[in-house]
Amino acid sequence: MNDLITWLQHPGLAHYLIISGLLFSLGTYAILTRRNAIMVLMGIELVLNAANINFVAFSRYVANSLDGQIVAVFVIILAAAEAAIALAIILNIYQNFNTVNVDELNKLRD
Amino acid sequence: MELYTIIFYVFAVITLGAAAIVVFSRNIVRAAFALLFAFFGVAGIYVFLLADFIAVTQLLIYVGGITVLVLFGVMLTNRQVSVDIKTGTMQTLPAVILTSALAGTLIGIFWSTDWRVTAQPLASETTASALGELLLGPYVLPFEVASMVLMVALVGAAMVARREKKPS
Repeated sequence: MNDLITWLQHPGLAHYLIISGLLFSLGTYAILTRRNAIMVLMGIELVLNAANINFVAFSRYVANSLDGQIVAVFVIILAAAEAAIALAIILNIYQNFNTVNVDELNKLRD
Repeated sequence: MELYTIIFYVFAVITLGAAAIVVFSRNIVRAAFALLFAFFGVAGIYVFLLADFIAVTQLLIYVGGITVLVLFGVMLTNRQVSVDIKTGTMQTLPAVILTSALAGTLIGIFWSTDWRVTAQPLASETTASALGELLLGPYVLPFEVASMVLMVALVGAAMVARREKKPS
């Protein structure tokens, strides 16, 4: 018990990794359960953030270089592109099918 | 307990609490605003990891950009005539089991592995100039490719989202 309290009082690598693991699981839950495509997109953003925390944490504590932060920058760039593309596709789907529920979108044509 | 530790846990609770609201809230607008706070908390965590440039980038792109984009998406894809902008869930029980197992596995691995923590705090006070040198030195090719990808993606997004006239 005292070990646990001491551990909690000194944030280290494992703390960040556990935060990122919880964030990843929450994002996965959103991706799996939500019917609205925009909520699925929000889940994907949470997962990307969790991965980014891991990259930066390892770059800080293990690698002793900035390479992890460079990867984090690229992840952020691609996440921005992904969000723009995904929302454009979702808008198009909404115009064609009048719904964005992923379980109702089971046709490839109008 | 040191102030450092307390602020760390404040940011952790902001991040995970806001993410939980995103995931479990049935109101999609509330979820979008909670997503903003989750991104903000992650930016705070980056500051704790001495990644100042990443933290500012996170604030600019995620908090300032992607959240607004998501809100646009929410507003444009919900019927304004009907009042409810709630969203349902499906397959809740299998998803709960699966994600609990995933979280347990991940935390178990992160907890039990003996990470080779070598680095002691980086001496430099800011990372922006070092990151810039890396981006224009060893990482110049990925940097250019990323800029091309971003341009193509944004042009493509504008093209796809354009409202086309239906031939009638």
